[in-house]
Amino acid sequence: MTARSRAAALAIAVSAVIAAGIPASAQDDRAIVHLLARTTFGPRPGDVARVRELGAAAWLETQLHPERLDDTACDTALVPLATLRMSIPELLREYPRPDQRGREQMQREKRPERIVAELQAARMIRAVTSQRQLHEVMVDFWFNHFNVFAPKGAVRWYVTDYERTVVRPHALGRFPDLVRASARHPAMLFYLDNWISRAGRLNENYARELLELHTLGVDGGYTQTDVTEVARAFTGWGIERPQQDGWFVFRPRVHDYGEKIVLGHRLAAGRGQDDGERVLDLVTRHPATARFIATKLVRRFVSDTPPPALVAQIAEVFRRTDGDVKAMLRAIFASGEFTAADAERAKIKKPLEFVASAVRAIGGGVDARGGVQLARAAAEIGEPLYGAQPPTGWPDRAGAWVSAGTLLARMNFGLALAEGRVPGVRATVAGLVAGVDAADAAAVRDRLVGALLNGHVSAATRAVLDAHLTDPAITRLTADDRGPVRTDIEKVAALVLGSPEFQRR
Amino acid sequence: MHRRLFLKSGACALVGSVGTPRFLVRTAGAATARRKVLVAVFQRGAVDGLSMVAPHGDPEYAAVRPGIALKPPRRGDSDLAVDLDGFFALHPALEPLGHLWSARALAVVHACGSPDVTRSHFDAQDYMESGTPGVKSTPDGWLSRAVETLPARRSTFRAIAVTRTLPRSLQGGGGALAIQSIDRFDVRAASPAPASGFESLYAQGARDLLHGTGRETFEAVRALKQSGAGRLAPANGADYPRGRFGDSLRQVAQLIRADVGLEIAFVESEGWDTHVGQGAEQGQLASRLRELGGGLAAFARDLGDRMSDVAVLTMSEFGRTVAENGNRGTDHGHATAMLVLGGGVRGGKVYGRWPGLAREQRFESRDLAVTTDFRALFAEVAGRHLGVAQPASLFPGWRDTAPALGLFV
Repeated sequence: MTARSRAAALAIAVSAVIAAGIPASAQDDRAIVHLLARTTFGPRPGDVARVRELGAAAWLETQLHPERLDDTACDTALVPLATLRMSIPELLREYPRPDQRGREQMQREKRPERIVAELQAARMIRAVTSQRQLHEVMVDFWFNHFNVFAPKGAVRWYVTDYERTVVRPHALGRFPDLVRASARHPAMLFYLDNWISRAGRLNENYARELLELHTLGVDGGYTQTDVTEVARAFTGWGIERPQQDGWFVFRPRVHDYGEKIVLGHRLAAGRGQDDGERVLDLVTRHPATARFIATKLVRRFVSDTPPPALVAQIAEVFRRTDGDVKAMLRAIFASGEFTAADAERAKIKKPLEFVASAVRAIGGGVDARGGVQLARAAAEIGEPLYGAQPPTGWPDRAGAWVSAGTLLARMNFGLALAEGRVPGVRATVAGLVAGVDAADAAAVRDRLVGALLNGHVSAATRAVLDAHLTDPAITRLTADDRGPVRTDIEKVAALVLGSPEFQRR
Repeated sequence: MHRRLFLKSGACALVGSVGTPRFLVRTAGAATARRKVLVAVFQRGAVDGLSMVAPHGDPEYAAVRPGIALKPPRRGDSDLAVDLDGFFALHPALEPLGHLWSARALAVVHACGSPDVTRSHFDAQDYMESGTPGVKSTPDGWLSRAVETLPARRSTFRAIAVTRTLPRSLQGGGGALAIQSIDRFDVRAASPAPASGFESLYAQGARDLLHGTGRETFEAVRALKQSGAGRLAPANGADYPRGRFGDSLRQVAQLIRADVGLEIAFVESEGWDTHVGQGAEQGQLASRLRELGGGLAAFARDLGDRMSDVAVLTMSEFGRTVAENGNRGTDHGHATAMLVLGGGVRGGKVYGRWPGLAREQRFESRDLAVTTDFRALFAEVAGRHLGVAQPASLFPGWRDTAPALGLFV
């Protein structure tokens, strides 16, 4: 049995097991929670039941075809964010670069900073409310893979269009399309300086990162000479009137028309824009690229230490399907490594994931103002969106995210959210315990642990929650005549959101 | 030899002026038992060393930078650069550091940088922070390795980065903490109950990164509260510039003054990537330098006597092109200037061999050549100031062949 047919057989077998999951056992729910934890920004109340009803395999297919999912509620929430729908020339015109003196007089709403603030808010709103969760997860994944840094120069006017036209349409598409679209987008051309690279005055920045970070990977077997040759191939890939138009242009006059040797392949002299296109063919088909992309996907969805056998299997899917993202994801979710017990909750949530998952867990809604607040929270926890300066984007490993200051920031966000102190976020944790006798501490605890952690709680954490539920300092005595003793649900919910368990997915 | 020179500089400081920082006077009897502190300041974005410490005596300097060269210093004219030694001058925005130079507490290492030729910010910062130019796979940072080689001491606050997340320099087994704001480093709740709840959630359970960090965090919260660091107002009339950089230094001073056991601090300063319109005496770069100089001067003033135990080391991933570009800015270059400031520093001198700015003297005909490997400077600071026994070993793969700069008394 080849690796390919084995993978296919496994996928079918697992799908069958999941689809035939009747009656719904605790084991099934556990698998569903795991699937939701990895393919969404965390389960919302009722999500587990919905997936159980539809069947995991069928639900996954709906997520792999986001265009078939109605997303009206999310789209409505995005309406006030007008810059999301504007073209680069419009943004350049409406939000001009302020000159030094005019800065103070400039209306706040017309400052270019607003563009990025709206984009950040939109990302949070989508993460929290979009039905197209797997698509949203992949947008985050690919944005970081093809990172651009919004505060760098003109990127802030380009980044909205970059996400809208490069990342979103191809997030569940084909990898080579992502490479091609990013290569000619002004945001990337500006961020990695290719637009100023010219024959005889090379800038190798884009060439190097294309090989190192976008395709082959740092150990992908290219040399410094390859970097220089790739840079020569991309000379002339520039930006038309960066402050007025901001679209791709090929400038023949600055292109290096000499012969190039890239990764052992000869690019004949005298070709123009085709040199760059040819390089993109070579790097997207390179075996090292399949391995590198497979490694990153497996790290995102399975474990910080990607199991080599699964990486090899996914790399094979990449090669067979010419980098079909859907095919790779299907193979990952059907793999034994994905469903293995040690993969469950093995990943630490990134700040974006933590913030969105907390709001989702309490069933929260968010408006434009709330989106700004949530983006601010993610920044305080360490991940300012569109603010990763290095071309590596925000990292996807626990070690990068767990620090003293940011751990406290997570707890503080949990508190603010549970106590309803985040402006623009509609949610009350009281709703989570509706129908539960508030005086019954164990019942309250079980309901909260069920809702926020889907029942996954360590004995140690359960003991701490119990102690706090019965602690007189935490138990609020209502002074009015409306009722008897009531547990302070907000505080306990905050403890759950700040617990070690909730930091994992 | 060292001692004689040191006494000489001490004497100079004594007769210097009323503005002489007192820590220099006290250094003679400095208690050796007290911990030394290194404050690393990373200027992210590649500072133009040729404007920070301008070689006005180099015949090429003014010629290749018609729009951005600093005018030669003139005695009594505070709008112009501050002459250091007849050849170099401090940018006028760094004037607050002038008295530290006169008091020989401030040294400059010029034409300093990496042997790696990259002009990528990302790579160059990575290489400088890992301490391994050209090698990306190094798992930890050089400052973390420095903490690990120093004698073990029990303190939560041995190494602190005043940043959101731990910088590459401090990643590794050194147990460094990243705390962006010590004022906000606590559970923010109306009652103490949530804080104790969170703490107990992390007190038991798995020995993993999350629980370990949680335990460290609450240990640090408690130690910080007990130390009273957050309540220490700047001393001696120190006036920090507004903004993140000034705040960071102010907090480092609080930690030092509160005796929390700090040995290595890391702060960042951003905005040095001046490709367009960097300005000369005034302008974009000047305003960045004003914050840098004002912050460092306030820090030294705030610490007063304690500065005798402290060294501040500035660094930046590379320098900028010798010639200005078509946009009155400068592009990514090679060597830059780094500052060393503190009690034990043999200051008042520009260290390093000057390679010259003429075209044939430049690196690849465009950049200031590196004559001092940044690792030589970092190793000397780690060895002579912090007391790291084999400082060259902090930089794997480096063969330390150059003679010491002699930066410390």
